[in-house]
Amino acid sequence: MKRTVLWIVLPILLIVAVMVAFLASDPLRSLTGAVPPIEELTVERTLLDENGIALRVRAGGSEPMKIAQVQVDGAYWAFMQTPSGALERMETAWIRIPYPWVEGETHHLTLLTPSGVTFDHTIEVAVATPTPDAGTLRTFGMVGLFVGVVPVTLGMLFYPALRAGGTRAFQFALALTTGLLAYLLVDTLDEALALAGEAAPGFQGEISVWLVTALTFAVLMGVGRRQGKTLAGVRLATAIALGIGLHNLGEGLAIGSAFATGSVALGSFLVLGFTLHNLTEGIGIVAPMLKQRPPLWVFAALAALAGLPAVVGIWVGSYAFSPYWAAMAFAVGTGAILQVIIEVGTLLVRSARGAGQPWFSGVALSGVGAGAMAMYTTALLVQV
Amino acid sequence: MRPWFKYPMTRRLLLRAGALIGGSSVIRLAVGQAPDTAQYAPTGAHEAHDGMITVGEVDNARNGFDPHEILTDWERGTVSRLPDGQVLREFDITASDKEIEIAPGMFFPAWTYNGRVPGPTLRATEGDRIRIRFVNGGSHTHSMHFHGIHPARMDGVPGAGDVPPGGVFVYEFDAFPFGCHLYHCHSIPLKRHIHKGLYGAFIVDPDPDRHPEQAEAARSRLLGSSENARWQEFVLVMNGFDTNFDEENEIYAVNSIAHAYFKRPIPVDRARPLRLYLINVTEFDPVNSLHLHANFFDYYDHGTTLTPTLRMVDTIMQCQAQRGILEFSFSDHEPGFYMFHAHQSEFAELGWMSLFDVREE
Repeated sequence: MKRTVLWIVLPILLIVAVMVAFLASDPLRSLTGAVPPIEELTVERTLLDENGIALRVRAGGSEPMKIAQVQVDGAYWAFMQTPSGALERMETAWIRIPYPWVEGETHHLTLLTPSGVTFDHTIEVAVATPTPDAGTLRTFGMVGLFVGVVPVTLGMLFYPALRAGGTRAFQFALALTTGLLAYLLVDTLDEALALAGEAAPGFQGEISVWLVTALTFAVLMGVGRRQGKTLAGVRLATAIALGIGLHNLGEGLAIGSAFATGSVALGSFLVLGFTLHNLTEGIGIVAPMLKQRPPLWVFAALAALAGLPAVVGIWVGSYAFSPYWAAMAFAVGTGAILQVIIEVGTLLVRSARGAGQPWFSGVALSGVGAGAMAMYTTALLVQV
Repeated sequence: MRPWFKYPMTRRLLLRAGALIGGSSVIRLAVGQAPDTAQYAPTGAHEAHDGMITVGEVDNARNGFDPHEILTDWERGTVSRLPDGQVLREFDITASDKEIEIAPGMFFPAWTYNGRVPGPTLRATEGDRIRIRFVNGGSHTHSMHFHGIHPARMDGVPGAGDVPPGGVFVYEFDAFPFGCHLYHCHSIPLKRHIHKGLYGAFIVDPDPDRHPEQAEAARSRLLGSSENARWQEFVLVMNGFDTNFDEENEIYAVNSIAHAYFKRPIPVDRARPLRLYLINVTEFDPVNSLHLHANFFDYYDHGTTLTPTLRMVDTIMQCQAQRGILEFSFSDHEPGFYMFHAHQSEFAELGWMSLFDVREE
């Protein structure tokens, strides 16, 4: 035991010693002499109110970096930085500029460092950042219900019809669910990677997305099959609802943030588009339960699990959006969706075998295709 | 929309002048908020500031030059007489690499003549012999190309008077014609050598004896004459700095420091006439301009005539290397701040914004 401890402590001590020696002797001095420090600045949040524009920036310099001046629309403007002074690597600060922004128009901001390096940030459409009062929360909550809970519930209404269809209908529904989930998998991962690209480079967003996706997948698979059995019935439906719920959380974050930053007008048409787009999700959730007859409260709980995260997402996204954490939410969703694809696929294969048919049938193929196509076509309504 | 637009008032609001720039919305700040001196308090980025302005103050001592001193800092050289009686003016100019602060907290890796941008304002009289000992202490080849009349050997271009690092060259020629001229480095790549800061004013005063029919006008231009003494003369070199090297200027100014004469207006005696030696060296933009508020001026293009080439204008534009002399007076005006700035609003908002503080003295 003692020896083991020694063999852990010794390498660590040596690593520290090598680092200290390297820094002390600075053997790369000759390479870095006249090179200015690397500077990186990411704008994470933008607030617009009657006091002007406020930006939350995250520094990523090789040395502590300063913001020397700020331009708005090609003019130098007074600004206030809190906390003041040089920003350490990954440190954040708020930059407040008393600028009379114009509603509905575009504003270009440029942050300049002492070496004159410029970092641009564009406010595409200037709208006042929503304030978290009861009225706004209620409106956003309603939008969340229409994006999440309403479509899932409506989709579940196909349950009696699917039940009446027998084994073929069961297989078609499972295949449809697989196609729907495959679409969501690609969509969610795409969103996660896009948001990761907007985050400060120091976070290594894209790597984080892959790691979190893999980790979520592994944990959920492990938890789901901890009794050595594959998922089926209500338990599989719950897993699907969870995956879809996580996706809807991310979707809510994106909608909330897009609304708060003025990059999308939350018109009724767009919200209804989301309702239609997410309708298929309800079918997907009930598909594994066609051979059982669960009580009504199970349906209600599943609808809540899959739909309510959209409400939470919109609330959070409107007031406290951060590209990195939104990317992580989408990554968790990706992992969860991957897990249920495996489980639904397994169930589909097992069901076909049980009926003495090949799993790769016309029914399965058309189901997968119909699921993906339904998602793709309705997505045209919500392109923002 | 919501109630617009409350500018929080702060005691340290930089300057009485600061309120002028933002237009009517902040004009109210101008009244009664003024500190008593034109020199405004040094401030840091953490302080609250209002209005359209660069934040903070440039450290002139660190730069080694003060834009207010550059206005009237005539470099007349060491004067002696040649055997034939001609006046000889000898100048020593050294090029060097130097980081200068061109706006508060923003530093530019400049190339300089005598450690300043613009370089020293060389001032001679028509017909003087000019002898310049140019030492290149910089890291690149440099030269001094004068706008004037001189032999090809003295042109300061590649192959004729360009000087490698560590080298020396002596430029020698007679000061002709009289006017408001400039010099700049003509080494290649030209654009970079100019925009890095290698330029300066070269003013040749007319010799009244050579212009008997306009002797009085000539004498008023001749530095040191009693007629010249009542004039308030300033040299203004319009320039810009591309700090991120994308071939667009981040900073515009006269005499290099953004907002220098806005934060600290140029004091002017209302009773005495003004003469501006205005030179445009701005790189990357086709023209620069000067607009004088609440007044009109006579303009002498290139300064090579003793009668105005344009009368009663309030805006003049110059392409790069174009220059001229502006003459005007505030004698009929009430004391106060009078703006002058580029009338490309873009340049004005990026630093080329200035004020005369017209006073009763």
